Amino acid sequence: MHQRLLTWLAALVLACCATPLLAQGLTLEISNGNASAIPVAVVPFQWQGGGAPPETSVSDVISNDLNRCGQFRTLAKTDIVESPARGTDIKFPTWRLLKQDYIVVGRVIDAGAGEVKVEFELYTVGDQKNLASLTIPGQRSDMRGIAHRVADVVYEKITGVRGAFDTRIAYVTAKGLGNNASYALMIADSDGYGPQQVVSSRQPLLSPAWSPDGRKLAYESFERGSSAIYIQDIGTGAREVVSARKGINGAPAFSPDGSKLALSLSNGVNPDIYVMDLGSRALTQITRNYAIDTEPVWAPDGQTLYFTSDRGGKPQIYQVSAGGGGESRVTFNGDANAKATVSYDGKKIAMSQGNKNMYHIAVLDRASGSNTVISPGNFDESPSFAPNASMLLYAATDGSRDVLYAVSADGRVRQRLVLADGDVRSPAWSPYRQRGQ
Amino acid sequence: MKLPFRILLTTVVATAALAACSSNKPKPTPPPPPEQTSTTTAPAKSGPYSGPEDLDRDSCLRQRVILFDLDKTEIHSEFQAQIACHAAYLRQFPGARVTLEGNADERGTRDYNQGLGERRANAVSSAVAAAGASTSQLNVVSYGEEKPVCREHNEGCWQKNRRVEIVYTSKQ
Repeated sequence: MHQRLLTWLAALVLACCATPLLAQGLTLEISNGNASAIPVAVVPFQWQGGGAPPETSVSDVISNDLNRCGQFRTLAKTDIVESPARGTDIKFPTWRLLKQDYIVVGRVIDAGAGEVKVEFELYTVGDQKNLASLTIPGQRSDMRGIAHRVADVVYEKITGVRGAFDTRIAYVTAKGLGNNASYALMIADSDGYGPQQVVSSRQPLLSPAWSPDGRKLAYESFERGSSAIYIQDIGTGAREVVSARKGINGAPAFSPDGSKLALSLSNGVNPDIYVMDLGSRALTQITRNYAIDTEPVWAPDGQTLYFTSDRGGKPQIYQVSAGGGGESRVTFNGDANAKATVSYDGKKIAMSQGNKNMYHIAVLDRASGSNTVISPGNFDESPSFAPNASMLLYAATDGSRDVLYAVSADGRVRQRLVLADGDVRSPAWSPYRQRGQ
Repeated sequence: MKLPFRILLTTVVATAALAACSSNKPKPTPPPPPEQTSTTTAPAKSGPYSGPEDLDRDSCLRQRVILFDLDKTEIHSEFQAQIACHAAYLRQFPGARVTLEGNADERGTRDYNQGLGERRANAVSSAVAAAGASTSQLNVVSYGEEKPVCREHNEGCWQKNRRVEIVYTSKQ
């Protein structure tokens, strides 16, 4: 047990490269309890190979994934009294006594040449039904990725909704003030591990947005002295400026089919919403208003844009047809609402909601109109739905630092992601991963 | 109408640039003029200032930050003198250029705050132009909340961050 903890910590150090912050990293906060969370036992996977087992514990990663999404609570390791490695070894009465609904068992098999196979089985404890029996091959260096894929299968088999653990997040880090400032656009696994730098700059970077295929990021950069929007291929690093007009070139958002980019352009006067055809680079002006119109996001069907506007005084979320026209106000709760993110089914909109200049993340259910505040901070902003809307990322402030939180869609489970020793902001959750990514 | 003006302006700028260049790298002919009389080639006009050194010396020109109230873009009367002296300087030295950098405090979203910073910088730009500077001397950029001067979460700090900074990119 002690040794396992040590190897787990060693894996943490290797994965993150950051030093003193690790001790406080990745802490789960569970507020209000969650009586409806489904109890699952994830039994430590058995290592079947000649050499030392991989440093990453697959079952730990799976457990963390299931816990942080808020829909599950996994059995504490100290309560896992038996260690079956395959379905035929499970003594179901034991797990019934432990009040578990589901059990996951598996093994990590050394396939040689740096490769492994992870075989796992998912059973219901009540009627001992096998829900999944799969083998996931992969690189030994990608044990976390493999574990996330196992967690995605478990999530989907139990909830009926595709899992989103094997996805990535993009965010911006910042260090220093004034002439000593430096900024970086980063990507990492959805749980914050494996950070990689996409681009760095001495001037501000902000508002990263994923292309729907997950291969590109659009973002705003001031590296040329004024605002410009870049689109960068994550794999090759190749990038191009798609908008560098006078004034603000900000808040890019790819359309669901990837053919267009919504953005906010001020032309030196005041920001309005535009849509750029990425093939021809032709611009269509969508809003025309003396107010600040910014932060456009697409409805999943690509027919509607939601955006922030202060045309009524304080910023609120409005909607407009993606071809222009039919503008109407969407938010009526709180003093101010800004930077919407839309769930994959279009049924929920989350945003930063201000009351007396304190900002929380709120989720608006479009059908019922119910407005639920899901974050407790005073400077919470920039929510971004996971592709299955089970969780959101958002930016918050802890002490004097900007940090990111992942929160379950019901607000009950929160996890702070410790990603860097500077400020971390502008999170964007990737789409589902496609093959080969 | 626009084209001749642009050509004229380009000539003026080019002349100013040449003058700046010749004062940096003195050539045998013509003999390098004394510092201030170089304004005979640059189209500086008569005015209260003796030269770029006044930007570091003059108590009004040294003021280059204009502060704003929360969510507001109105310029307080206490900053009118600052705007007037920079406008006077820009009018006297037509080759001088400033960038007006708009900023906001951390409250509210980043993209929205960029719009707010631009509003503030545009307000200062209009005021400086109204006080006599040429709009061609004024450039606006908004950093929103991305370049704070202070990182604490209190009004004292927020007030310092809700600002427009006057940054000279060319001094004469």
